[in-house]
Amino acid sequence: MEFKLPDYNLWLMLPELFLFVWALLVFTFDLVTKRKKESAVGYSALLGLLLTGLILALVWTGVLVPGKANGYGSGFGNMFYNDAMALFFKIIFLGAAFMAIGSSFGITRQKIVNHRGEFYGLILLSTVGMMFLSSSNELLSLYIGLELTTIPLFVLAAFFKDNKLSVEAGMKYFVIGAFSSALLLYGLSFLYGLSGTTEIVQMKINLGLVHATIRDIGVILIMGVVMMVAGIGFKLALPPFHQWAPDVYEGSPTPIAAFLSVGSKAAGLVAFAKIFVNGLIVFYDPLQAPNDWGTLVGVIAVLAMVIGNVVAIRQSNIKRMLAYSSIAQAGYIMIGMVSLNEHGLASVGYYIFAYMFANMGAFAAVAIFEDKTGSCQIESYRGLAKSSPFLSVTLAVFLLSLAGIPPLAGFLAKYKVFAAAISMATADADYSWLYWLVGVGLLTAVFSLFYYANVIKQMFFSTEDSPYKIKFALPSLVVLLMGLVGVFWFGIFPEPVLDLASDISAAFGFLPR
Amino acid sequence: MILSSLVAVPLLGMIIVMFLPKDKFNAIRWTSLLISVVPMVVSMWITWDYFFNLSGTSALAYVEGPYDWIPSLNIQYYLGVDGISVPMLFLTGLLSTLSLLASFGINNRVKEYFAFFLLLEAGMMGVFVALDFFLFYVFWEIMLVPMYFLIGVWGGPRKEYAAIKFFLYTLFGSIFMLVAILIMYFTSEPHSLNMVILLDHGPTMSHTLQMVCFIFFFIAFAIKVPVWPFHTWLPDAHVEAPTAVSVILAGVLLKMGTYAMLRISWPMFPQALRDLSFWIAILGVIAIIYGALVSMAQKDLKKLVAYSSVSHMGYCMMALAAFSSVSAIAGCMFQMVSHGLITGALFLLVGVIYDRAHTREIAAFGGLGAKIPVYTGIMVMFSMAALGLPGMSGFVSEFMIFVGAFGALNKVLVGISVLGVVLGATYMLRMVQKIFLGEFNMAKWGGLTDINLREIISVAPLAVLTVAIGVYPKPLTELMTATLENLVSLMAR
Repeated sequence: MEFKLPDYNLWLMLPELFLFVWALLVFTFDLVTKRKKESAVGYSALLGLLLTGLILALVWTGVLVPGKANGYGSGFGNMFYNDAMALFFKIIFLGAAFMAIGSSFGITRQKIVNHRGEFYGLILLSTVGMMFLSSSNELLSLYIGLELTTIPLFVLAAFFKDNKLSVEAGMKYFVIGAFSSALLLYGLSFLYGLSGTTEIVQMKINLGLVHATIRDIGVILIMGVVMMVAGIGFKLALPPFHQWAPDVYEGSPTPIAAFLSVGSKAAGLVAFAKIFVNGLIVFYDPLQAPNDWGTLVGVIAVLAMVIGNVVAIRQSNIKRMLAYSSIAQAGYIMIGMVSLNEHGLASVGYYIFAYMFANMGAFAAVAIFEDKTGSCQIESYRGLAKSSPFLSVTLAVFLLSLAGIPPLAGFLAKYKVFAAAISMATADADYSWLYWLVGVGLLTAVFSLFYYANVIKQMFFSTEDSPYKIKFALPSLVVLLMGLVGVFWFGIFPEPVLDLASDISAAFGFLPR
Repeated sequence: MILSSLVAVPLLGMIIVMFLPKDKFNAIRWTSLLISVVPMVVSMWITWDYFFNLSGTSALAYVEGPYDWIPSLNIQYYLGVDGISVPMLFLTGLLSTLSLLASFGINNRVKEYFAFFLLLEAGMMGVFVALDFFLFYVFWEIMLVPMYFLIGVWGGPRKEYAAIKFFLYTLFGSIFMLVAILIMYFTSEPHSLNMVILLDHGPTMSHTLQMVCFIFFFIAFAIKVPVWPFHTWLPDAHVEAPTAVSVILAGVLLKMGTYAMLRISWPMFPQALRDLSFWIAILGVIAIIYGALVSMAQKDLKKLVAYSSVSHMGYCMMALAAFSSVSAIAGCMFQMVSHGLITGALFLLVGVIYDRAHTREIAAFGGLGAKIPVYTGIMVMFSMAALGLPGMSGFVSEFMIFVGAFGALNKVLVGISVLGVVLGATYMLRMVQKIFLGEFNMAKWGGLTDINLREIISVAPLAVLTVAIGVYPKPLTELMTATLENLVSLMAR
């Protein structure tokens, strides 16, 4: 019997491989320099991300792929698959990692004396995991990508070894993360059992066939769906699986909390889109009840928006507030996710893109403030606008973008998500429940303004002067400017990003009518 | 380009002001004032040119675009004006400059104040020229941010409460508008956000969707007007806001609500309008009577003027309910302009006395007429204008509204609303009597100085225009007639 090796096409995963090697180099660089080079390690990590971005661009334009015009296609025996979604989310992962590392310089200087290489290297490794995940084409590689994403994050969350809160955060995140991974894996095994394959596209076909021939796969499928929704729900911090998020965000180093809230959230979204919107699309429909997952996710989205936005109002710690805000934001994103038309996944992509700039920027500002003052209480921001006007204005802009005030990118993101849902609801009366999602989304968006504006109020409205005059390092400034430019530029001139994002929908087969 | 410049100049001005040195107060003040003169002059030129050359037809003038802005969402950059936006542009340009002039007394965080004010002006101009729904919404929302800061930083004792209340309340209205816009977008074929195209799409929608969209738009705009029972943010915002912001709020921001009704929801959903016009008229009459009664009970001078705004905007709502009458709609436009002039001036004058006396309590004054005669003269004149004395703009607008509404609406309802005129006279005259007549408290107010030249300059144009329109209203009518006739025919579909 002839044994034929699968087609590896390793060129396609050049960015991932490069970043993986670079992460190891960052570890060794720190060791070789005897942990003396304070910021050089950080700069080397940033350089690695920039180079990876460059390689990604070269692969995508086909320059680095022999014999192909672009970077689309499958490799590694069909386990690795590059499509528009992979490209789009890889940009987001690299951007989020860049902004997270850029805002870590203060923390690594003050609090992490001995393990800077590990800190940066683990962020890079987690990014590699996310990038693999976004290119995965079947359930196993998807799961492995997800694990590679989260395991470094467990360590990173607990990085302040002698800080009780940080250790608690790491422990909590580890237990919850391991548990949710197990749930997800269990759910995936149901899918495998029903379809006999781990390849998502094949699974979609097989499940359709099984469903058409044996009507009664409902109970088993529903168990699988619930397990997977719970598993990914934990990763995305969607209620009722959200309780860990505020504690973990509060305890983790601030840049890691930022990276969790953007990078790891985006990774969860990719996993969700691949399994549900692609693999289980047959069972979206309410007509398939009780097998449909659309309404289930819709209910979860409503819970996320309501719980996130209402509980955030009561928070006095800004990191906890941002944690609840990110729970709510995930709810908005899920509205786009359950809108299965050409706007749906495109709006998810654009939302997370806009969210990256605003949320990473807000966390960067919080990190800068925390480095100087040691406080995360919203009250301690009182009067900051007078002593540190630039930092206050940027933080205010990020918060207003998160609240969805035009012309900032966050507004267009919400607009696109709601447009996706309304377009689906107006097209077909079966989906008029999506109107309710939009209604709840808009109402809670008004609530959300209250707590975002509360921080602005503390910074700007107070007549007394803040005792703090905040100065910050160059990388932090770069991150803030990146966020600021991103929030304005992509809010006013979003067309290139929207084009890229609409390719995601097209890659999933949702073409414009 | 000319309409874009109305938005772009204040926006550029804001950026320039942000780069001026923080402690050069006078440089900041004069720069902002000079910058705001540009859109004022441009808007005056537009009014002039429109009146003499373009007011014969209802066609849009100075149209820019539609240029593709975000093609994948069919969002366009599309500007244009007609007979209902030109007077609003004039009012915005004039009141912005006058308010900046009246803001020279601000000594706290001057740079931020003037930067936010210019941003506010850009947003207001944008609302009156935008013809694309998305663009309109962006301008509509963008104003909330500077308003939030202007009230919250430079406001009175309860500024934080008033600022967030204003922000949340208006945003709450806006989300309804957003849903209505999206519904219209996705039901039109091909999908469009172009207001001119959607004007013809509206009446073809199903009756339920028309009602839904109309009501959603109505909530958004009624909060801005504000129509009773959505008015509760107004007294708080007015009382806490600094003088110049009150002027803009009463003079321009409230008009955005009625302007948007005339521009968007009225002509787009004529069937829904017919079904609901009676209820809108009732809301208008309630606002007229309720606002006047509450004004009578006020002890705070600024609050009195604020509630009188509720009453005066009630006339606009009643006129809008009488949509079949050109006279009523013209009266509504007249009332918008005249209320902007008169109430703007009243708020400026309240600010003048507050700067000197540091109180606005009506009962604290008395007999000021002899001590500060010039101020008294101006204040009495504007009070008379506000109560609708013939010869001034308020009388013309109220007369036109009553004439139009009497033919088009339930006559009992209009009869009740006429009571508002009497009530208006009551609270205005009582206020004049208590502050300027009676016994003078020498010990308390002996040091009071009369209105100074800068303050006179800032109210003089308003006084001239109030009388000019009141004596000779024809130019303003002619400016709008063609557009209004077209609007009325659209609403009769």
